[in-house]
Amino acid sequence: MNLHEYQAKRLFADYGLPVSVGYAVDTPDEAVAAAERIGGTAWVCKVQVHAGGRGNAGGVQLVDSTDEVRSFAERWLGTRLVTVQTDEDGQPVNQIYIEARTGIERELYLGAVIDRSSSRIVVMASKDGGVEIEKVAEETPEKIFRVPIDPFVGAQSFQGRDMAFQLGMEGNQVSQFTNLFNNLMNLFIKLDCSLVEINPLVITDAGDVHCLDAKINVDGNALYRQDGLRSMRDISQEDAREVQADAFGLNYVALDGDIGCMVNGAGLAMGTMDLVKLHGGNPANFLDVGGGASQEAVAEAFKIILSDTNVRAVLINIFGGIVSCATIAEGIIAAIEEIGVGVPVVVRFEGNSADRGSDRLAASGLNLIAASSLVDAAEKAISAAGGSA
Amino acid sequence: MSILVNRATRVICQGFTGSQGTLHSEQALAYGTQLVGGVTPGKGGSYHLGLPVFDSVRVAVEETNANATVIYVPAAYCKDSILEAIDAGIELIVCITEGIPTLDMLEVKACIGIAGARLIGPNCPGVITPGECKIGIMPGDIHLPGKVGVVSRSGTLTYEAVKQTTDKGYGQTTCVGIGGDPIPGTHFVDVLGLFQQDDATEAVVMVGEIGGTAEEEAAEFIKTEVRKPVVAYIAGVTAPPGKRMGHAGAIIAGGKGTAHEKFTALEAAGVRTVKSLADIGEALAEVTGWE
Repeated sequence: MNLHEYQAKRLFADYGLPVSVGYAVDTPDEAVAAAERIGGTAWVCKVQVHAGGRGNAGGVQLVDSTDEVRSFAERWLGTRLVTVQTDEDGQPVNQIYIEARTGIERELYLGAVIDRSSSRIVVMASKDGGVEIEKVAEETPEKIFRVPIDPFVGAQSFQGRDMAFQLGMEGNQVSQFTNLFNNLMNLFIKLDCSLVEINPLVITDAGDVHCLDAKINVDGNALYRQDGLRSMRDISQEDAREVQADAFGLNYVALDGDIGCMVNGAGLAMGTMDLVKLHGGNPANFLDVGGGASQEAVAEAFKIILSDTNVRAVLINIFGGIVSCATIAEGIIAAIEEIGVGVPVVVRFEGNSADRGSDRLAASGLNLIAASSLVDAAEKAISAAGGSA
Repeated sequence: MSILVNRATRVICQGFTGSQGTLHSEQALAYGTQLVGGVTPGKGGSYHLGLPVFDSVRVAVEETNANATVIYVPAAYCKDSILEAIDAGIELIVCITEGIPTLDMLEVKACIGIAGARLIGPNCPGVITPGECKIGIMPGDIHLPGKVGVVSRSGTLTYEAVKQTTDKGYGQTTCVGIGGDPIPGTHFVDVLGLFQQDDATEAVVMVGEIGGTAEEEAAEFIKTEVRKPVVAYIAGVTAPPGKRMGHAGAIIAGGKGTAHEKFTALEAAGVRTVKSLADIGEALAEVTGWE
């Protein structure tokens, strides 16, 4: 689960990480009031969306008057921001964040992720802040300093100090950074994060270490024990169909093709999309209907797939494991009768009682196309969608 | 021969009396797995499916001499269950449950390393040595005792691979589902090493997917350590970056973990890759020369 910058900064403040005073607002009047409450004459206005690349897209602006604050708010609130990380529709801007402006001496990068190879949280830092860290990692990996965190003893101050010196810090900055490092790891673990990024971390013109941006991703599997974070989910930033699927325990990801896919199992669902593509078609989605593919799940899956108006055929690919294909066939028939499906449906059954399942579908009188193999299924779905296979 | 499990493996089930534990224990017993009991705290002293129920893994091991366990408890309790199994000295721990918090797995993984136990999963179908021992949720009847080792990050995709090797008549030595999580207990390289040492395994099918670098690490390992033909399939060529494809571990993050990178690494290591999951059996025939 992703958090907004303003949410992440609130959590940063709770955990003792240095952030500027700021307020998230959703009207131009509140924006002006927030600027006045912060005081001074220099602020930063930032749109709050779940996407990077806001700055280059015009979603971040330095302002020097409350009039500018107002016009920024009027310009963005209720619109959508398109960045290099969003699709062409962009993300809705429902809030903007107004914060005190910070004078910057230099920009650094600090982040923490879970490193899959070493099974450790790894803290990464670089003197090159403000830029895409993936690019730095790709082109000049030697510029990134890494510290693995032992799961039992946790972050140690010596690791923070060492990183501070590598980043070229001096004087008070070293102890400031060491505190920040320890607090960051405390936050990461207490909040079940999967990623925390501060890009940029800055040295202010007063010589202090300060978090200018804040990004937090939370492990969705741990939300059951993160009461305070669950309410921070902003579904306006997510694909509506993905949200709907999630509510029914289905995994759905929208793609831009015309062949809807309904598959049991995540790996096989990916494999099915790949197969469609390999045979010249275009998958409209990833959808894992669950190992058992129950009638309820199949009905919901159909509704979600068909809500995508690009879909011209649906390919159902089921490998019956413990659950028999005959049972799943009953679910498919009932689901189609319940909701009505206006596009051709190709079904491939394999595994447990596949033949009985296919017989049941054939006897149903519904417009279902039986496929005899994986390849046959992909080709029939492509041709049913009007493509050539 | 086989790896990890055989007919001598003595298995207990944690979460034995729950619905998943019951369903899959019945299937395991029907398959002939030597299931010797189960653990449900508070139900010790009773019987379930004709087998004794114990309050703790420690007592279960004392009473039954179990050396393997399969875990079906809910995700929130899995860390505790796995650590309990480690503490009781169980050698092979198979965790089927999906949805365990990643930070729990970092601690579990470190404990596994210290204790020298082996964890398969979580978020996996389990392990099966056909005709001898089935631990997990895979359908037993698609398997056939034979000569191919199968290792995979996905459930139903494993079944596809298994089915193709069965239809060809080659059969399997052992099939290992290492699971779809970002921090699995056992990696491809661990299983590949076991298959290399197993005399009965003549070829290996490896099924990977997008996310992480486990396939790239496997490619490096195969290059220097594996002397048997390997056929590999990677799912997720069409997966968009930044989206989690069902499995917690199946995500292209920061441009890394694409299917293309994995195919390239495996091909450079001499692995026969297939772009269509329907071609696994055929590719196996080609690289081995088997009829």
